[in-house]
Amino acid sequence: MTTITADHHGDHAHDHHDADHKPAFFQRWFMSTNHKDIGTLYLIFAIIAGIIGGAISGLMRAELAQPGIQYLQIWAQYSDGPSATLDQAYHLWNVLITAHGLIMVFFMVMPAMIGGFGNWFVPIMIGAPDMAFPRMNNISFWLLIPAFALLLGSTFVPGGTGNGAGTGWTVYAPLSTSGSAGPAVDMAILSLHIAGASSILGAINFITTILNMRAPGMTLHKMPLFVWSVLVTAFLLLLALPVLAAAITMLLTDRNFGTTFYDAAGGGDPELYQHLFWFFGHPEVYIMILPGFGIVSQIISTFSRKPVFGYLGMAYAMVAIGVVGFVVWAHHMFTTGMSVNVKMYFTAATMVIAVPTGIKIFSWIATIWGGSISFKTPMVWALGFIFLFTVGGVTGVVLANGGVDDVLHDTYYVVAHFHYVLSLGAVFGLFAGFYYWFPKMSGRMYNEFLGQLHFWVFFIGVNLLFFPMHFLGLSGMPRRYPDYPEAFAYWNKIASHGYEIMAAGMLIFFVNLIWSLAAGRKAEGNPWGEGATTLEWTLSSPPPFHQFETLPVVD
Amino acid sequence: MKKVKSLVLAGLLAFAPATAMNSQAFAQDNAAVAAAPADGAAAPAESAVNAAAPAADAAPAVTVAAPPRMKPTPGVGMPSPGEISLQEQFSPTGHTARWLHDVLLLPLITIISVLVLALMLYVMVRFRRSANPIPSKTSHNTLIEVIWTVVPVVILLVIAVPSIGLLADQYKPAPKDAVTVKVTGYQWYWGYEYPDNGIGEYVSNMLTKEQAEANGEPYLLAPDNRMILPAGRPIKLIITGADVIHAFAIPSLWVKMDAVPGRLNEKTFTIEKPGVYYGQCSELCGARHAFMPIAIEALPPAQFDQWVLSQGGKLRGADAAVTAAAAAPAAAPAEKL
Repeated sequence: MTTITADHHGDHAHDHHDADHKPAFFQRWFMSTNHKDIGTLYLIFAIIAGIIGGAISGLMRAELAQPGIQYLQIWAQYSDGPSATLDQAYHLWNVLITAHGLIMVFFMVMPAMIGGFGNWFVPIMIGAPDMAFPRMNNISFWLLIPAFALLLGSTFVPGGTGNGAGTGWTVYAPLSTSGSAGPAVDMAILSLHIAGASSILGAINFITTILNMRAPGMTLHKMPLFVWSVLVTAFLLLLALPVLAAAITMLLTDRNFGTTFYDAAGGGDPELYQHLFWFFGHPEVYIMILPGFGIVSQIISTFSRKPVFGYLGMAYAMVAIGVVGFVVWAHHMFTTGMSVNVKMYFTAATMVIAVPTGIKIFSWIATIWGGSISFKTPMVWALGFIFLFTVGGVTGVVLANGGVDDVLHDTYYVVAHFHYVLSLGAVFGLFAGFYYWFPKMSGRMYNEFLGQLHFWVFFIGVNLLFFPMHFLGLSGMPRRYPDYPEAFAYWNKIASHGYEIMAAGMLIFFVNLIWSLAAGRKAEGNPWGEGATTLEWTLSSPPPFHQFETLPVVD
Repeated sequence: MKKVKSLVLAGLLAFAPATAMNSQAFAQDNAAVAAAPADGAAAPAESAVNAAAPAADAAPAVTVAAPPRMKPTPGVGMPSPGEISLQEQFSPTGHTARWLHDVLLLPLITIISVLVLALMLYVMVRFRRSANPIPSKTSHNTLIEVIWTVVPVVILLVIAVPSIGLLADQYKPAPKDAVTVKVTGYQWYWGYEYPDNGIGEYVSNMLTKEQAEANGEPYLLAPDNRMILPAGRPIKLIITGADVIHAFAIPSLWVKMDAVPGRLNEKTFTIEKPGVYYGQCSELCGARHAFMPIAIEALPPAQFDQWVLSQGGKLRGADAAVTAAAAAPAAAPAEKL
């Protein structure tokens, strides 16, 4: 794909060069304009949000481990006071599912994928000194802090039956309008507004950077696939997020100013909200997974010591997924009572997405084919990604059938499906990328044994956690239930044990992270050998504070 | 005069199921029905949790006893412990859809997943560094790229044809004589109204754990008043929400339709066998979302008509004739199911 003639600065020899002159602590981290520092901030933020979102899922799995209400009433005493009612306990459940979804989507996966790895490596991979708008980059990150604070704060103010926003991450009207009195939902909506603004600014920055700041010779068709994936993602963000902003602004005015956009009694329609939300929401799921595709492509190529198979097909498959992703949104709404023709269209259009996705899966395998594979930690995570994403993808084909969705819609089958593509897809992509670039970002090697152990424990845990959910969904267990009939007890118990194993895997990750940062072996510029051909491996580890003061030339 | 006629009809009706049905569900005490007092107390002894509860309003004119509350069969119309497949289906579209899932989709996705896994294991073993130290430089092969684009397209077409057919099936409009029930979702219970039969809305709340267990019904699935429907006759549900969006769902009948405030959604289906079919609200609707279950009790048509009469409702012309024929002395069997 890309061959690089090394013509660059920033090797060890230049450690005390101007390029490495760092500002003082406060200026460096709170007023940062450096893409690598901002990327680091994003990653730290995502890890913190991930811990909170993951802990919430732990609460949910504890409650669901057996039928009946075990803990909710105890927890409700913390959120709603000592005299919390049973209804407030049930409301707390809805707050937990809402918070888990919003945190994982807006404050974990997106900041880590795009803000973290995108910021860190897009400029370097295209041979640019920094992002196009460094100060806008800074505000993109810092907007996330008040957004997250608003979301977390919303759990302490009234939101209807109890404290907190209990609307689900989809915030469907009229549950989110007339159904949720109190400021909690307003705060959650404002949180989404701010997080959305942050992402739009980031998207503008990436598009401008990638289109204008490529090094000489770095044509679009020579860009690493990770850069392609971020470019497509940025366009999706730019086109989808304003629609979300409009949709939730109308929610706000319906709630507070007496408009009736989503109220049939005033000439509005609750379905309008769902159409607007999913017009954003479906591209959003590709926003979360596309950078993962890019990361996996880089890693597979590096550790197979082979260029990516069918590079152009891979790049344009992502473009195709992005484009088609905008015209399939109503498959999230198959049971809302749409007409048969609309349902047929969305069934057919949704299945089309399987084609470019299949191209990607097979191209990854073809990239490995004939390669010389070393099974370093990033590679095993990438391989895990390919298989688990396939499993999540094929259940998506099942759900795409509008007639079949009539029974699976809003059941645990859907929960299993989107956790396979996100929790086992996007998150595996994140871990793959984290181990892959950890030496580059920190200058130290991670511990290989702990990395491999983390993979296997996590792999077993998440499969035990999410695979039984297919069974629960097939036999009819609805989503977003704090309690369930006795018949669903068995697989729920297994799933909760799966969570315990996964959590143990995460402990290994954090031990590895802390140990490696403190005492890991110093990493050389390119720890992965000849397979690592992208520009970041031509720099030192960590790269100089400012790289590429003389632009590299790509041929 | 009307009262006498109703009494006679009720007596005849009481015998119809005994002659026509041998289902275990109906083997129970028909005598009790026949013996129900004719003075207006239509609800049998277990009235607290009986489908006849709303009859109390219309009681004075009513002299027909409601059929006894049907006992559910474990594993039928409800999930089974440890189940790993779709629930057994009891409607024609349910059979088609389950066939599409079990015979076409599930094997296909399993084969694809196993194929990808096998390919991955093969390349991982065959091309590990110790076995293949020098990587090839191949990065294109137009033929194989065309193949793995076209083959999935063909597979998707194979899926699409029956899938689109299934959709067309599910959207067949209901015939004019379909039994119509208006379903309204409330926070957090369901209301059922039979406009064509003149039965006003009655509501359906979840049974407490003690009540459900005392009744031999699954907790969290069993409501007090069920939606009573005839088996074998086309049914049209008109579904709406009163406050927020709910979703009316019965997995064993392949029915799921959102109950949206300000909209009337329509769902048409036929129930093949008498029985009790459970479901649960399937759209997040607030605190007690998990606690507004649904149950359909499908009766043999003659018993359904008896139930309609017991609620003070009226039979529609065609149904009345059929019921009269079925109710005529033992020689005339009821509709076959």
